[in-house]
Amino acid sequence: MLPEAKIAIPRGEARRLRALRRVNVGDSSYNALLWFFGGSVLVVAGVIVFGLWGTASPAFRATSVLSFITSTNWDPVQESFGALPFIYGTLVTSAIALLLAVPIGVGFAVFLVEMAPSPIRPIVSFPLELLAAIPSVVYGLWGLFVMVPWLRSSVEPLLGSTLGFLPLFRGPPLGLGYLAGGLILVVMILPTIASISIEVLRTVPSSLREAALALGATRWEAIRVASLPYSRTGILGAALLGLGRALGETMAVTMVIGNSPEIHASLFAAGYSLPAVIANEFAEATSTVHTGVLAALALILFGITLLLNSVARLLVRAVTKGYAKAST
Amino acid sequence: MKKKIVMLCIALGGAALAADSLLINGAGATFPAPIYSKWFSEYNKLHPDLKFNYQPIGSGGGIKQITEGTVDFGASDAPMTEEELSKAPGVVHIPTVMGAVVIIHNVAGLTELKLSPETLSAIYLGKIAKWNDPALTKENPGAKLPDQAISVAHRSDGSGTTNIFTDYLAKVSPEWEKGVGAGKSVKWPVGIGGKGNEGVTGVVKQTPGAIGYVELAYANQNKLAPALMKNKSGVYVAPNIKSTSAAAVGVTIPDDYRVFVTNSPTKDAYPIAGFTWLLVHKDQKDAAKGKALIQFLWWAQHAGQQFAAPLDYAPLPEPVVKKVETTLKTLTVQGKPVNVAGS
Repeated sequence: MLPEAKIAIPRGEARRLRALRRVNVGDSSYNALLWFFGGSVLVVAGVIVFGLWGTASPAFRATSVLSFITSTNWDPVQESFGALPFIYGTLVTSAIALLLAVPIGVGFAVFLVEMAPSPIRPIVSFPLELLAAIPSVVYGLWGLFVMVPWLRSSVEPLLGSTLGFLPLFRGPPLGLGYLAGGLILVVMILPTIASISIEVLRTVPSSLREAALALGATRWEAIRVASLPYSRTGILGAALLGLGRALGETMAVTMVIGNSPEIHASLFAAGYSLPAVIANEFAEATSTVHTGVLAALALILFGITLLLNSVARLLVRAVTKGYAKAST
Repeated sequence: MKKKIVMLCIALGGAALAADSLLINGAGATFPAPIYSKWFSEYNKLHPDLKFNYQPIGSGGGIKQITEGTVDFGASDAPMTEEELSKAPGVVHIPTVMGAVVIIHNVAGLTELKLSPETLSAIYLGKIAKWNDPALTKENPGAKLPDQAISVAHRSDGSGTTNIFTDYLAKVSPEWEKGVGAGKSVKWPVGIGGKGNEGVTGVVKQTPGAIGYVELAYANQNKLAPALMKNKSGVYVAPNIKSTSAAAVGVTIPDDYRVFVTNSPTKDAYPIAGFTWLLVHKDQKDAAKGKALIQFLWWAQHAGQQFAAPLDYAPLPEPVVKKVETTLKTLTVQGKPVNVAGS
């Protein structure tokens, strides 16, 4: 047993310890700073919801939440407001966008990572980055002046004559409408989905791919059994980011969706979306009820985004679990 | 060194403040923003010590800001409602220039379209759905009107243009008044919405058989051929600066100027026209700013009117200017009247 001894700290050691304590002060303040940054996101979200709620409350005094969400009447003159046409339009256009943009974007990424010869990679990926940098009002103008006439004169008549037995593709080809809104969103979210998918596919270890090939898999089979399952959470995340942009896109959608607050089964018909009506009517809304319902629409949009994000997260978790089980 | 820079900044800031002795802030309607900025720059040439800052955030924003007292003057394309005025006591409307709403169309081979109030309202109610409807062919003898569906286009964003247009339809069609009403945003019975003048023009240009409405200034600048409207006296009038100004003649203008001069009975008046207003407090709280603002308003009613027509705005007709003169003389600064004509 060692005798208790007073520990004499040498001079140099004391300096070192003091320095260490200083480092600790830095550590703790750094810690606090990071907590602040982390918390600020929550605070900002909270402040937004709180502010919207404050502005929206006169609207909820005038009508109940349930009748507001389920009513289809939108009459600013009579101050009778219903949100359903806008919710419907937002969901329909975003669904069209995801249904088309995910296969195209992932296919593009697979081609670029797995198949494309390296010299042409930058040639293909550069325009993709360019697409992501175009402002949405430019997409809107392009949609209105180029895509809509094309839809009216070629695409919609063709869809109507071949798939007209479905209620989705009936009615006169206007050009403007849900289909135009959805298609413009496809172009806008494609770069997001494709570029993230590319990054995700690049992280697939080549040993996995080589193993599949060594077992006699064809190139397609290797992609299907090795690359895609390995990166599916990342691809889901890419789709989620695309969905976020699609739900909130304002300018481009309002220019091509037709801006009429009605619900139609046909994709050719004119509709409306939540962000579009807020942007259209907020600047000139003077009565407290009118500004109130617009703020309420913003809250609904917030809620939809939150809901879809949570569902997608659960989906990601379920998929990851399934994959982990399958691979063990 | 740092100290020196700080001192320099303070000195410069002080100098800048001293030089711009007076800054008058305003906000509101986007439609008259070009003529207002022209006025402000011309007036600044005459009074270099006076500067205006105008934010075109929309009529609704202008009304909100003058109500909250965050600006010295507001601007609106639509008169304030009773409810809005009750929240902003002492705010008066001063008409500045006039604008018109014109009807544009996209029918191949049709150069001049003539419309009566009845057919226009029937089209926007969805009752006339084809270009070769008997009502239209009767009004346009000799014109080749096709057997084509009419696609109605309207503004999707809340706007003073829509307000004037729907006010006119409500005046000429009892059915419109009962079923739809007038406002900056309404529940349209038919049609597609385009955002802004450019959005409506886009929809009309892109859709064969479309009809839509835009501001006169926008139509002139973009060389769109507008329809002739039959006015209350039964004359088909083309929209232009003269026929727009004429709309405010022969109508009783109330003392608060809150009036739509649509459906004017004057023979050469275009029927879908209206004022745009500046909103100011009847009694100005700030002595220097108040005096400068009232004198500017006087200048805008007189010398300022010559700048309107080149920018495609219709100047106020003489009787209206005379009436506004009497109103401006009643404005006060801290309770005292002002020498309105300036020094």
